[in-house]
Amino acid sequence: MSNKNDIVKEVENVVIKFAGDSGDGMQMTGSQFSDTSAFLGEDLATFPDYPSEIRAPQGTIAGVSGFQVHVGKNEILTSGDKADVLIAMNPAALKANMKWVKDGATIIIDIDNFDNKHYKKADYVEDPLHDGSLIGFNLIKAPITMLTRATVKYLGLDIKTADKTKNQFASGILFWLFNRDIKFGEKYLKERFKNKPILVEANIKVLRAGYNYAETIEALNTTYQISHTGERKGVFRNITGNIAAAWGLLAASERSGLPLYLGSYPITPASEILQELSKRKHLGVKTFQAEDEIAGICSSIGASFAGNLAITSTSGPGLALKSEAIGLAVMTELPIVIINVQRGGPSTGLPTKLEQADLMQSLYGRNGESPCIVIAASTPANCFEYAFEAAKLALEHMTPVILLSDGYLANGSGLWKIPKVANMPKINPPFAKANDPEFEPYRRDPETLARQWAVPGTPGLRHRIGGLEKEDITGIVSHSPLNHEKMVKLREEKVQRVAKYIPLQKVFGDESGNLLVIGWGGTYGAIYTAVRDLRNEGKNVSFTHFNYIKPLPENTEEILSKFKKIIVCEINMGQFANYLLSQFPHFNYTKYNKIQGLPFMISELKDKFNSILEEK
Amino acid sequence: MENIKIDKLSKKDFQVDQPVKWCAGCGSYSILSAVQNALPEIGVKKEDIVFISGIGCSSRFPYYMETYGFHTLHGRANPIATGTKLANPDLSVWVVTGDGDSMAIGGNHFIHTLRRNIDINILLFNNKIYALTKGQYSPTTPFGGVTKTSPDGTIEHPFKPGELAMGAEGTFFARVVDTEPKRMKDVFIKAAQHKGTSLIEIMENCVIFNNKIHSDITGKEVKDDNQIYLEHGEKMIFGKERNKGLVLDGLKLKVVTIGENGITEDDILTHDAKSPDDTMHYLLTRMTLPEHPVATGIIRSFDVVNYGQLLQEQVDYAKETTKINTVDELLNSGNTFILK
Repeated sequence: MSNKNDIVKEVENVVIKFAGDSGDGMQMTGSQFSDTSAFLGEDLATFPDYPSEIRAPQGTIAGVSGFQVHVGKNEILTSGDKADVLIAMNPAALKANMKWVKDGATIIIDIDNFDNKHYKKADYVEDPLHDGSLIGFNLIKAPITMLTRATVKYLGLDIKTADKTKNQFASGILFWLFNRDIKFGEKYLKERFKNKPILVEANIKVLRAGYNYAETIEALNTTYQISHTGERKGVFRNITGNIAAAWGLLAASERSGLPLYLGSYPITPASEILQELSKRKHLGVKTFQAEDEIAGICSSIGASFAGNLAITSTSGPGLALKSEAIGLAVMTELPIVIINVQRGGPSTGLPTKLEQADLMQSLYGRNGESPCIVIAASTPANCFEYAFEAAKLALEHMTPVILLSDGYLANGSGLWKIPKVANMPKINPPFAKANDPEFEPYRRDPETLARQWAVPGTPGLRHRIGGLEKEDITGIVSHSPLNHEKMVKLREEKVQRVAKYIPLQKVFGDESGNLLVIGWGGTYGAIYTAVRDLRNEGKNVSFTHFNYIKPLPENTEEILSKFKKIIVCEINMGQFANYLLSQFPHFNYTKYNKIQGLPFMISELKDKFNSILEEK
Repeated sequence: MENIKIDKLSKKDFQVDQPVKWCAGCGSYSILSAVQNALPEIGVKKEDIVFISGIGCSSRFPYYMETYGFHTLHGRANPIATGTKLANPDLSVWVVTGDGDSMAIGGNHFIHTLRRNIDINILLFNNKIYALTKGQYSPTTPFGGVTKTSPDGTIEHPFKPGELAMGAEGTFFARVVDTEPKRMKDVFIKAAQHKGTSLIEIMENCVIFNNKIHSDITGKEVKDDNQIYLEHGEKMIFGKERNKGLVLDGLKLKVVTIGENGITEDDILTHDAKSPDDTMHYLLTRMTLPEHPVATGIIRSFDVVNYGQLLQEQVDYAKETTKINTVDELLNSGNTFILK
């Protein structure tokens, strides 16, 4: 496509960071680029990096909003450590992101915003264009604002609207830089602004202007081509973890034949689940935005009592508020799914950043012996499958299930091969039969130990349940010491037996060896990629990643026993390592932890694993 | 629902074979009996009735009812009942709660349930004391009340549940005393028929920790003079001699005597429980001794569409108008990439 006959470099993957003010449309530009990649058969992962303030002051570091896109021909599992290309719409965006770009990266800036006024807002003491800090980078100083305004002048738009198309100028440069057909970018804009023809026209004009600009200037003498393998076949979509989780629940509703009820309260970064499901009334969904976190889960427990597939969604502080109610669901043995999209804590903590520090809260954060199933999704797309699994386990085993996600999975996106819901397993809750003379509220299935679900409205099954300890089988209130001990053990055993119904744990790499790397939840992509790279270098390292946490898969101990060293990597102080230690105290666990509100970088993991492999 | 008479049911159908474990002389016994008398007349099948309670003496109620029952968490019966009713609108859902359960720990849920107008019936047992925990003051304990945690008298101003209900846009509020089984039964039946949140405050005696707390309105000698039992469309007349009544004096209610100062029955206000405007209901709810009698009966019963009906309408409309009828169709809608 380049008609300058310049160098075309073949690359396997590329990381692009779009950064600007929160109103600059960086997420849109990023999505436009990643959608194009998907059309071209590439894999992708994206991650937004937005400030917790809605509109922090323009031009300041606090106001910088970013969107990172990682695309390539192979399996892409993270949004990338550092960027190959940075688009910085102002000095603050440049300053905030300099430590996240690779050496020698291409940096495209809107030169029109690089003046003293903007330097001051970004707290630059010296002019970054002349202080030597950009030496070694391929810096493209594009007059984006000026050329954008000139391009759309004929449409007579006001300055504010005209400036909103600036991101398309940057996009145009990228389309040229990566040898992409501009028609994909235009298609995206036609879809995005389908009810506003004037915006379609303005944005397309600016996109083309950016493309033509890139083609003309001397500074860009190298373009990149991502090599294609053509291996990917089928129907795909780009999906975030929160949407995938919501849809997994819808699939569970369909496969169980039960209406979906969500009682919830808005909280970052989980709110999209409530928002998405509130749009799904056409599939029979009922959502209830409660007055608080407690009422959210309590209404769901009420809906579960009445026989619906009942869900609540939250983040760490909300899970803390729900803990008493989860205990009630444990005691009354009612099915409910609690989705906890973890964020940095304690307290309000880091609402928009990721952390895996709610594991202990999920396992133990309730009064009394209060076991429930705990599972964790590990990619944005598999939030679908684990949400479905959470619902299936809750309904078939009559117990609360906590599904752990995190801010990285929830807002990050990946390419997802769309499954066929009609082919997914049926979900069969143990409903009691009307007028069953044998019915007793706490009689259990001998295999699963699940009690029967006797739903109000069913003739002949009237009974009372509640938070007070109940007598085994009859469900009559009981304070008997021996009965209590028996019931405590039965509730635990019921959860442990779920191990018979979940897949065995898998190992990536050799089944035995020098080093076993362990991860759980949202860190999968980074750890997997690091281990894969090391194995490609011939290193003796294997990896096992946990999605099922309570109960653990039945072969967990066997896997752990076959390695000389074990390292557990987590975005917390070592909660899963401590949990494994409590289950299998005879192994030694090295912990690798990061608690910065940021995901693992592949490079730091590789350095750590290498240093362990080199130890004597 | 109100047109279906289910003749076969009687009080006995709602009694359990387990022992009832309230203190001897507790007001809850008469409330239980009145509820069991009312249910055969609300036109609902036995298996469609659900009792949901929080924590406290009153909240043991579901264990004593031969219906579906759920004894839940302190203060949380209202949201749990909300979920049950929304999940299955065919159920007749009853919340049993107390002044500690609903006015203190569950205060937030209480006002929001009323605000949304969820179609449930809330039986609020108001004994103005924490009884299950043995005698601490509650949010309805009178100012200055001496209890285990207020040995020098409370320095808190009490809530009137009815005022909260009006403030929360409540659509049905009634007040009854536990010594009047016939009136309780009548009110419970009307509450069941109201399609929205029905709040019934039951002035209940706690024989152990707050004995005779309501005797100034329940005592045989004083009740006719100190209580006014309101009925929709009837004059606001009370008193042993049925010669006292209520009139408006500016923005206040005033007690007058018929036959004195030229007052005739025509001057007395007529009770309109069904008025959308709750100003008069609020004034009636606020009345206290000694200036006014305490209002009992159905003070407010305003028919308006409820939350569950609106939710169902939205669901039905969405189903009728959608092009996406299955999850598979949803997954394949919008921006997908077909790679061959």
